[in-house]
Amino acid sequence: MKRFPASGAPAGAGGPWVEALAGVSVSVAEHEFVTLLGPSGCGKSTLCNIVAGLFRPDAGTVSLDGALIDGTRGRVAYMQQKDLLLPWRTVLGNATLGLEVQGVDRALARAEARDLLREFGLEGFDAAYPAALSGGMRQRVALVRTLLCRHDMLVLDEPFGALDAMTRAAMQEYLLRLRSEFHRTVLFITHDVEEAVLLSDRIYVLTNRPGRVRAVLRAQGPGARRAADPEVVSLKAEILDLLRGVAAGAAR
Amino acid sequence: MSTLSPRQIAKTTPGAARVRGGDPGGGLFRRVGAWWRQAAPPAGLIAALVAGWEWAVRAFGVPPYILPPPSQIATVLVADRAILLGDAAVTLVEVLLGFAVAFVIGVALALAIVSSRTVERAVYPLVIASQTVPVFAIAPLLIVWFGYGMASKVAMAALIVFFPIVVNTVDGLRAADEDLVNLLRILGAGRRRILLTIRIPAALPFVFSGVRIAVATSVIGAVIGEWVGATRGLGFDMIHANAQLHIDRVFAAIVYLSAMALALFGAVSALEWAALPWRRDGTR
Repeated sequence: MKRFPASGAPAGAGGPWVEALAGVSVSVAEHEFVTLLGPSGCGKSTLCNIVAGLFRPDAGTVSLDGALIDGTRGRVAYMQQKDLLLPWRTVLGNATLGLEVQGVDRALARAEARDLLREFGLEGFDAAYPAALSGGMRQRVALVRTLLCRHDMLVLDEPFGALDAMTRAAMQEYLLRLRSEFHRTVLFITHDVEEAVLLSDRIYVLTNRPGRVRAVLRAQGPGARRAADPEVVSLKAEILDLLRGVAAGAAR
Repeated sequence: MSTLSPRQIAKTTPGAARVRGGDPGGGLFRRVGAWWRQAAPPAGLIAALVAGWEWAVRAFGVPPYILPPPSQIATVLVADRAILLGDAAVTLVEVLLGFAVAFVIGVALALAIVSSRTVERAVYPLVIASQTVPVFAIAPLLIVWFGYGMASKVAMAALIVFFPIVVNTVDGLRAADEDLVNLLRILGAGRRRILLTIRIPAALPFVFSGVRIAVATSVIGAVIGEWVGATRGLGFDMIHANAQLHIDRVFAAIVYLSAMALALFGAVSALEWAALPWRRDGTR
């Protein structure tokens, strides 16, 4: 699906290439929360970048609402592990970035951003610069910026990967609310099994590079699920077994 | 450190972001105190050096046409202030014009270098090679081409500051985090918007550090131009006084030049502080 030059070889030099993904087919229904779970280096981020339009796939297609969008940018809202806030912009200026690129009226964009920042517990920080915020707050600003893009499809690439456990739990709460209140369709990437089980409707377990789909599992859907619930525990065990198989396959 | 700095408080107290702009009670005294702790050692050293100079000149009976004592220089500084300040104004205008010319051309060239591979390959080696030509050596030529008036000094100052401005701006425009650039691409932004939203703001700290070096050296450029051939300016003053062995007046001109360079440096730092609010808390 997508090949990259292996490290050290300049692109287009005809040197060795790494096949990042092979024959991965993922579908996300409207308002569904789908998680891609796999070991690091399995091509999850490559897939996200392809869906976001940053790269074109070498083979295969991406379609949204029936229309082909591979290589088309600005069609989905994308959030990464790094918060990617512009250090020279205030919280408000960062939150409105997506709307600004879309050409939305400035006053309107600011009003929308203020409302959403309040929703996410960032009231009073409009004029602060990112350097003055904690990691969790910065990631919430990034989430607000992503939500404000007005796209129904959210692609979240390990958005909480760099946060500590407590902040992460709080962010998952925000994400669940986002689902119930904002009715977005989410493609979520993580390597945290519990996070996947707690948040998703469906989980794709990927193999090592080149990434392939090893299994598709149905989780419980949204709502009040706890880490200690028996279904959650058994699903976690099942996924961990699958991943162990993946690791064993890689070792052989 | 046991006490919390205002920055740490802003991080830990919800809603404290608003406090950052204002001056919390008692902060002024603390700030003056901190400033004094910084300024006192160099000020003390300068005072000691000047005192030692004064003493040595008197103790060893050095004639004033070789090395005048600081007290005599101070007298000239005040007595001849009308002429010296008038000449300083001329030099300052040369410096500012030269700097402005170099800044406009330099930044435009840096933008061209960054946005086109061909321009970069053609121009950048020339820009760097131009540094091997001693600019002072062309000063007489500039007098021939631009005359004894202000234009030749403006050209001299511009030539000398051109290089740090171009190189720093190019480095700055390239320093932008590629992940931020990709973020803008994914949002659907074009090259122009990426330049304005990411590349230029990311370049500003680099541009300012180039400009800070440049303003100080542009004074040197203007003075060299005046030495080679001029009818006004502090450099002209120095050459004249030197020829008549008015060494005290040479020193007085040097004092005015240093003060000018310092003031320019300070002005650039103040401008940087005002233009880059996000870097104020030492986030370097």
